[in-house]
Amino acid sequence: MVPIAYYLVLSAILFSIGVAAFLIKRNIITVFMSIELMLNAVNLTFVAFSRQWSQVSGHLQVNGQIFVFFVMVVAAAEAAVGLAIIIAVFRARNTLNVDQVDLMKL
Amino acid sequence: MHLVLFIVFAVLCVAGALNLLLQRHPINSALSLIVVMSSLAVLYLLLGAEFLAAAQVIVYSGAIMVLFTFVIMLLNAGREERTHGSKLAYIAGFPGAAALLGLLTFIFISRRSSFGSARLGQYLVTTSDLSRVLFRDLLLPFEVTSVLILIAILGAVALARKEH
Amino acid sequence: MPKNLIPFLLINAVKVVLVVVILLMCVAYTVLLERKLVGRIQNRWGPSRVGPFGLLQPLVDGMKLFLKEELIPAAVYRPLYILAPMIALGCALLSISMVPFGVDLGWKGVDLFQVSDVNIGLLILLGITSIGVYGIALSGWSSNNKYSLLGALRASAQVISYELALGLSLVGVVIRAGSLRLRDIVGVQATHGLLSWNFFGGFQFVAFFIYLMAAYAETNRSPFDLPEAESELTAGYHTEYSSMKFAMFFMAEYANMITVGCVATLLFFGGWTSPFGHILSGSGPVSMAFFSIFWFVVKVFFFLFLYIWVRGTLPRFRYDQLMGFGWKFLVPVAIANIVVTSFCIGLRLPVQ
Repeated sequence: MVPIAYYLVLSAILFSIGVAAFLIKRNIITVFMSIELMLNAVNLTFVAFSRQWSQVSGHLQVNGQIFVFFVMVVAAAEAAVGLAIIIAVFRARNTLNVDQVDLMKL
Repeated sequence: MHLVLFIVFAVLCVAGALNLLLQRHPINSALSLIVVMSSLAVLYLLLGAEFLAAAQVIVYSGAIMVLFTFVIMLLNAGREERTHGSKLAYIAGFPGAAALLGLLTFIFISRRSSFGSARLGQYLVTTSDLSRVLFRDLLLPFEVTSVLILIAILGAVALARKEH
Repeated sequence: MPKNLIPFLLINAVKVVLVVVILLMCVAYTVLLERKLVGRIQNRWGPSRVGPFGLLQPLVDGMKLFLKEELIPAAVYRPLYILAPMIALGCALLSISMVPFGVDLGWKGVDLFQVSDVNIGLLILLGITSIGVYGIALSGWSSNNKYSLLGALRASAQVISYELALGLSLVGVVIRAGSLRLRDIVGVQATHGLLSWNFFGGFQFVAFFIYLMAAYAETNRSPFDLPEAESELTAGYHTEYSSMKFAMFFMAEYANMITVGCVATLLFFGGWTSPFGHILSGSGPVSMAFFSIFWFVVKVFFFLFLYIWVRGTLPRFRYDQLMGFGWKFLVPVAIANIVVTSFCIGLRLPVQ
């Protein structure tokens, strides 16, 4: 028996580590990976709450898990387009450091 | 027994996330993120979401992170990235994240009795339960996400193509 | 703690060890089978000196690989260099744990012929295939060698492209069975012998050929073995590996071949059911066990034979032909198969 609050605290920890990594890291790809970490933390929250709702209402509630499914799809689409943008930026600026791509002009 | 499983994989998740934060080379960060995602798949299994656990491994660990690994290998992302970019990020980053963590943890722990406990094996959501809702009540969002993926494919191909 | 936990753990541990040992022995003898069959296709004998008909050759090969010098080049990135073959072999061994070999016989509550019976067995097999890509990608990258990196990127791109066709070809089978559990899928094919198998009565022959071609590309075997072709890329992603780590990649490839054969028999050829219906199926538990394992082994052996036959016969695909074939031909045909199958099943069953 694991209290569902533990799952929620774990996802809060993962989300805040994702926020910290997003703000601190200087490599574009690592920043992007921290976004994926934040999305995963939110997915865990959704699944935990879907389980809690099922237990409260007595029968299976799957809407939380369906939302996770959609979040996964959107994250995949975002990762594909975002990485294509990163490749295009790399081709133009030849660097992956966020501090060196901070001007619109080359 | 169930608690032991939860603690092992929760520690793996947090360790992987911290490793993502602390490593210098992006390939190490990518590999620790794969560890986080696989441990999250096990946690989904503990919560009774078996299809989502498999989808997490197939989609996140097996496709999205492969994409990240490819890009890191192709662009030959360098080892040290220590530019003293923005001190503001350090000053605001850690305290901000810590404040967020503190707030969320306080809310969840103070109401923990109202959330209840999850026992392994109860309320198992099978694939047919999920698909019954997905293909009947939520058919329109499902079709819209397929259009979204099509747009993402077109965008990625157009952006990553070499200009001649 | 349930009170029969200790016997449960012990029986399962023995089962796991037995399955892994048998699988590794089969891997070794599959290598010998390949060398002899390819030799006969090329009108020569193959290994025939060591032991009768060359049957002791795998043991001698194993000893040679263990005794070779373990060479780690200086410029490799060590953690990933050592981790990559472990990922490859680990995924190959994991996927055999989902495969049921025989009928549903239990002893003290433990299923005797399957290591783990999961509701989503087929999805876990797909997931393990997805994780197996890392073995290839990380080995090429960590070798710090241009040829290895190119070979690894090509091989990984090939594997992830054909994963799609692989997954889509299995959907027709799942629609017919109504479940992702491998025992249920075989159970649907157990009614009338040959005619109820998914290949014949289930009309999944298109899906079967798509699965076969996608699986050949997934395991990097001929005619899709460009990443390993020695004349093209100096052995590709395992250029820098020697002795034990190379042996791990090698074993992983053949173990994947065997798993593909097992999954193809389970999904399309009725698993362990006899083609003659109830005639050669056995009646008591012992004869049912014996006949089910017999038919399973015969069918998997047929698939291994087919793999090796195709390797000895067909020329290799060029890389752009390979990618074009996977994306532009297999994926649309697999999707068309899903549409036709679901249409047929939807017209016959009442909507629940």
